[in-house]
Amino acid sequence: MLSPNAVMYEEEVRKIQEVADKLAVDSRARTILVVDKNGQLIAAAGNAHELDTTSLSSLVAGNVAATGGIAKLIEEEEFTGQFHEGKGISVHLSIVARRIILVVLFDKNTTHGLVRLRVRKAVEELEKIFAEMAQRPQQPQVNVFAEITDADIDNLFND
Amino acid sequence: MSFINYSSREINCKLVYYGPGLCGKTTNLQYIYNKTRPDAKGKMISLATETERTLFFDFLPLSLGEIRGFRTRFHLYTVPGQVFYDASRKLILKGVDGVCFVADSQMERMEANIESLENLRVNLQEQGYDLDKLPYVIQYNKRDLPNVVPVEELSEVLNPTKVPEFEAVATTGKGVFDTLKALAKQVLTELRKGG
Repeated sequence: MLSPNAVMYEEEVRKIQEVADKLAVDSRARTILVVDKNGQLIAAAGNAHELDTTSLSSLVAGNVAATGGIAKLIEEEEFTGQFHEGKGISVHLSIVARRIILVVLFDKNTTHGLVRLRVRKAVEELEKIFAEMAQRPQQPQVNVFAEITDADIDNLFND
Repeated sequence: MSFINYSSREINCKLVYYGPGLCGKTTNLQYIYNKTRPDAKGKMISLATETERTLFFDFLPLSLGEIRGFRTRFHLYTVPGQVFYDASRKLILKGVDGVCFVADSQMERMEANIESLENLRVNLQEQGYDLDKLPYVIQYNKRDLPNVVPVEELSEVLNPTKVPEFEAVATTGKGVFDTLKALAKQVLTELRKGG
């Protein structure tokens, strides 16, 4: 765990985004999503704007959680990869650093073999980034939310 | 565990509606979905059986606007209430920031309420959470039905720690937003403390 809350800073998100962008080009995939295991989207590349990435992230996380539950029941540590084959679009999922899901949506423009090859490299790079994040000191930084007032919270509900 | 993204300036929080089978968890989400402006909500996803019983979860992303320059988003989930879906319920509690326990006010569902609440406590413990330390509210649903247990009695049995409690009729929307607001407030207040 990074901290009780998952916090991501611009520099980290930028590095992750670079890996996703590169993977989209190198694998010739349609879309790349980097999602945390709780279903929060961290980065997206390729044709992500055409998709409902919020729903996709939540469902992918649910899927990985369910598969993780199966692994536990059969005393397997973790299934590190999943593949869903469709007529037009297929999905390749890999678990990175035990807490991130790398999602690749691809079509006939590429092959599963190429996707797997490029994903392997991307996973290595992402693992490095997340290892660095885990090493980073607990934030002594100012909690920007410390100054939230009751009025701020109430305002959210006034419409 | 809320997710704070300084790059996109977003806070995402996960709220889970828990409770016995047919208590109205999905109905709560459906009402919220129907009454929320299109620009503030995403698609509602229901992973349900053919008879519309929740199989895995319902999911509704809500965007509540900005707080100190951060877009505040709540991801609402329900669990499947039926007893035998316990493995799935555990999964959905992962990373939870706040829990709403929806109780069915009908006399004959009292036993099921107690069992589900106990199940919530145990499943949270398994994930390393303590219900008494989490943002938590209770909703007494189906107050419009004839055979309901008085609120005082429900409160005594289901709410010994006196967390915020609300009477509701989820089908008409009574109490639905009050419940959500109270829970969201607690989650944001927790964030203020630094999580």
